[in-house]
Amino acid sequence: MDHAAEAGDPVDGIVLDQVERLLAQHLTPALLAACDGAAGATARAADLWPADLWTALAESGLPLALVPEAEGGIGLAATTAARLIRRCGRAALPLPLPETVAGAALWAATGGQVAEDALSLVPGGGPVRIAPHAEGFVLDGRVAQVPWGGSVAALLLDAVDAAGIPHLVRIAAPGTLRDTHHNLAGEPRDTLDLTGCIVPAADVRAAPGWAAGAGAPSVESVGAWVRAQQMVGALETCLGSALAHAQERQQFGRPLAKFQAIQHMLAEAAGHVAAATAAADLAAACWGDPRFVLATAIAKARCGEAAGHVAAIGHQIHGAMGFTQEHPLHRATRRLWSWRDEFGSDALWQERIGRAVCAGGGAALWPMLVRLRGGAG
Amino acid sequence: MHSFRFSAEPLPPEAEAARASVRAFLDAERAAGHFVPHRTSWTTFDAAFSRRAGAAGLIGLTLPEAYGGHGRSGLVRFVVTEEMLAAGAPCGAHWIADRQSGPQIHRHGTEAAKRAILPRICRGECAFGIGMSEPNSGSDLAAVRTRAVRDGDGWVINGSKIWTTNAHQVDYLLALVRTGEPGPDRHGGLTQFIVDMAAPGVTVRPILDLSGHHEFNEVFFTDYRVADAMRVGAEGAGWGLVTEELAFERSGPDRFLSDYRLLVELVDRIGPEPDRFQAVETGRMVAQLTALLGMSASVARLLDQGVVPGVEAALVKDVGNGFERAVPEIARRLVPVEPSLTAQGDAFREALGGVTLRAPSFTLRGGTREVLRGVIARGLGLR
Ligand SMILES: Cc1cc2nc3c(=O)[nH]c(=O)nc-3n(C[C@H](O)[C@H](O)[C@H](O)COP(=O)(O)OP(=O)(O)OC[C@H]3O[C@@H](n4cnc5c(N)ncnc54)[C@H](O)[C@@H]3O)c2cc1C
Repeated sequence: MDHAAEAGDPVDGIVLDQVERLLAQHLTPALLAACDGAAGATARAADLWPADLWTALAESGLPLALVPEAEGGIGLAATTAARLIRRCGRAALPLPLPETVAGAALWAATGGQVAEDALSLVPGGGPVRIAPHAEGFVLDGRVAQVPWGGSVAALLLDAVDAAGIPHLVRIAAPGTLRDTHHNLAGEPRDTLDLTGCIVPAADVRAAPGWAAGAGAPSVESVGAWVRAQQMVGALETCLGSALAHAQERQQFGRPLAKFQAIQHMLAEAAGHVAAATAAADLAAACWGDPRFVLATAIAKARCGEAAGHVAAIGHQIHGAMGFTQEHPLHRATRRLWSWRDEFGSDALWQERIGRAVCAGGGAALWPMLVRLRGGAG
Repeated sequence: MHSFRFSAEPLPPEAEAARASVRAFLDAERAAGHFVPHRTSWTTFDAAFSRRAGAAGLIGLTLPEAYGGHGRSGLVRFVVTEEMLAAGAPCGAHWIADRQSGPQIHRHGTEAAKRAILPRICRGECAFGIGMSEPNSGSDLAAVRTRAVRDGDGWVINGSKIWTTNAHQVDYLLALVRTGEPGPDRHGGLTQFIVDMAAPGVTVRPILDLSGHHEFNEVFFTDYRVADAMRVGAEGAGWGLVTEELAFERSGPDRFLSDYRLLVELVDRIGPEPDRFQAVETGRMVAQLTALLGMSASVARLLDQGVVPGVEAALVKDVGNGFERAVPEIARRLVPVEPSLTAQGDAFREALGGVTLRAPSFTLRGGTREVLRGVIARGLGLR
């Protein structure tokens, strides 16, 4: 697993260590259980919002980790920010720090003003429309499945104007909360009615110029990027737990790990984790450049595919114990089953990759693959 | 917890810079009609192609100039091999020598062997085969029984090897044979020798594969004499050497690009307006392939740094072979055609037919998936 020491820049290493410390200190089993809405928990953290933890994270400047220093952030390399997000995923952090880190950096890249407040990303889906208004723009539309939509200070979303041109929009005062759902891991996913919401002109911006046309980053693609990195973290947790359990649990007089069937299941899971990580690493390296959208599509698709396999193997190896809320495995697996379908399912991203590849034709595929890895296609 | 040594750095500029020259070579070869991509693959033996590739400076890239090589990094070689694979070039006459036997001889061979053989490998004039498997020793390589006995300043070998790819066409085999007792871990007493296929005492029996193709063979040694100078590595050190060699054999893009041409034909056959099913499945394959290309490049980087990444290599091969096996199965679901080896003019049907008949070998050659999963499990600390 990655250790802070591996991060090339010493500042990056310090930031990762700090995150590790904060998570270890604050994420007590009781808090995590409350956040998951586990049986016996006195109150749902979905309703709680662990404010002390958020304050500690914000005081460390982490919400702006990926924002350049010139704009008031820490200026982490995107590959390091991706690691930070994986750690959040590994620890099942019940706060939208990953969304905030990526969203603030995206917004800063459009030239927008950023703050350290919690920010959420609105998944794609129904189009939100914007129209000019005396005080800026007025919105029309309803958004659903917004992570922590009822708790965050601001939202970023994709919207189109009357001419169908896409814009990124920041809403500082989210609209009326209509409904709170939870994903399979108990994380709040809210429906908000944005109709009539007015935003100043400065909060409606063009996507940053990472790539022209169809390849421009959207809030949806940045959300997919975040979920891919989080999934790597949860995959690591799931595999790590299965490995540990296989070595501890004895049946038939020996540890499960000694049975070839178990070894093969774990080797298969390790292959999925390695491939998912490779795809997510590529997407991390492509932050801010023209390959971003395609690399993110690939990462979301590959991590999403790994999620199902690794979660299934993780549960099989843990036996009935892993099927309980007493064992922490579910924190990783319920998130994997949720995250793979958020910000576009693996099938949705696969379809987009496939359409792009088929449109280009067979001969264009190899140069595309070479360019993705950073070569001159 | 476990840790894999993968990373996502791009290939260095000098490696990327090699891409243009190998593409120019391949374009010229194709234009001259020297190969038809979907009918050939990296195992297709074509001595003339290999000689031209050697003349173009595309073989022996990592070997020193003193032995006719080019003293380049393993990552330059990586770029050349992946371009060859993507083009469907017929590399069988130099692939094994270039990938593993040549580097192995360079690392562990005698000066005499290096001088006699490496320059010819670099010119694309010397083909190698891998003499590991035997009739009773497939997955269990430590059970090798072919024996070499010392005789004066040489050795006498008796026994047989099987499944030896291109044994009927290669100049040499790098053979793993028994020279002593296995010892408690069963890994002792094995030694590698360079076997000259033209010398007396070696006979080859062809074995036809599923498509009726003669690619692999059985090889018999009857009082075959080999000079001690042709021993590779210390007596009894063979196990460690083959383990190292297998990292080269298992981690390359040849472990998931065997059907790359089928994927290309598939994309063209689907055309620019896929239905949703076709788009989703094509996208899924491309996402898997992209991850594999990243994994394989990072293993190449480790090998280039002198690390022997046995577990990472096994992961590339296992995940990679899973992908290779899946491509024809997915292709037939996306485009309903009847596969055929003789559908002249229908490149997709031909490619599908060829790959379907070859696919079972992908998860066998170079180590079966079951064995690789054992290697991975060991790397995970489970055994
Ligand atoms: C196309 C092709 C080319 C080849 N080229 C060469 C070559 O050039 N040189 C060379 O030396 N060899 C070559 N091989 C041989 C290849 O390396 C062997 O086929 C492979 O190592 C498996 O050995 P086997 O065929 O004897 O199968 P076995 O070892 O008999 O295995 C049969 C099945 O049992 C499984 N099995 C065996 N042991 C275990 C275990 N401990 N646990 C679980 N499952 C197990 C295997 O995974 C496999 O599924 C080639 C094979 C093919 C198909």
